[in-house]
Amino acid sequence: MSFLPYAVAAWLFVIGLYGIVTSRNLVHLIVCLSVVQSSTYVLLLAVGYRTNATAPIFADISTSRSVVDPIVATLTLTDVVVEATVVALLLALAVQAHRRFGTLDPNEMGALRG
Amino acid sequence: MSERLRLTVFAAGVVGFGAVLVWGLAGLPSFGDFDGRYGQYLAHAAVPERHATSAVAVTTLDFRGFDTLIEEFILFTAAVGVVVLLRVQRAGEEVPAEPDAVRRPTAHSGSLRSVITALVGPFLLLGLAIVVHGHLTPGGGFQGGVILMAALFLVYLGGTHMRLGPLRPLAATEASEGVGAAGFALIGLGGIVVAGAYLENFLPFGRVSNLVSGGDIPLLNIAVGLEVMGALLVVLGEFLDQRLLMRKGRL
Repeated sequence: MSFLPYAVAAWLFVIGLYGIVTSRNLVHLIVCLSVVQSSTYVLLLAVGYRTNATAPIFADISTSRSVVDPIVATLTLTDVVVEATVVALLLALAVQAHRRFGTLDPNEMGALRG
Repeated sequence: MSERLRLTVFAAGVVGFGAVLVWGLAGLPSFGDFDGRYGQYLAHAAVPERHATSAVAVTTLDFRGFDTLIEEFILFTAAVGVVVLLRVQRAGEEVPAEPDAVRRPTAHSGSLRSVITALVGPFLLLGLAIVVHGHLTPGGGFQGGVILMAALFLVYLGGTHMRLGPLRPLAATEASEGVGAAGFALIGLGGIVVAGAYLENFLPFGRVSNLVSGGDIPLLNIAVGLEVMGALLVVLGEFLDQRLLMRKGRL
């Protein structure tokens, strides 16, 4: 099943988007966005995987062992940090939106109000 | 836009996206066959060239250190952004402490509070261990910083005050964030002064697998840990203050 990890990434992306489109609450919408973003972790780590390889930590294995790609792990780390910052900023904006419109339902927020 | 129209547009978009995605994924190496020379080179250069056993930490903080510097400042900027967004509506007004009559503990059960308080020490220790062993084992400043933040946040969860006052000194968390970000940048400058290039290692590498090894990687991990812990505490503190303002009916 060599395509399965890629299918998981695609599924996470689409199901997260579906959540965003149908969301009735900004906080729920932000969580859905983080689901979309988590698909990129799966994709990155899946790309770097090598059959029969282990984690690139040489604390208890020989330096000649075959290891998975450390660069995608680094990129995933960056990705996680970026996601955390995006979620924090969006939640702050949601607090402001609630203050201005008195609701967290995006459908009830008039674009011209405020 | 009506719900139905929106779902129709979404469905059309997903079909188009799916087609492009399948096309793109078909061009990827099949799962498990990735042969990135650069990654393999970095993984096997970590121990001989940097004397650090975690190739991910070496890649993050040394080979791609500049990237991580920027990443750290993304976090720094985002925390500042949250503060700006949420603090502006207080307009200089200090969040008042809750009067004893209305104060409600976060955890209602006394035994739960005791357990939470007892966990603060072990969490702090775990966070510190993850930060300082970042160059040897999985972990590092980002991961350990989050655990340290959680440890300090347990103080709030186990307490009876919404407002921690001196226990959550805003100045100290902001200072921790600033020192972490500046520390990373200054260690990079040290590389220019001593070794001739920004973020170039300028400390002795030490013996492989020792706690003090890997040159400046452990120092960078500590800087990142301080930065992550400070930034997350600042952000969570701002959200807590909002909760307090809402409870007081100011929002």
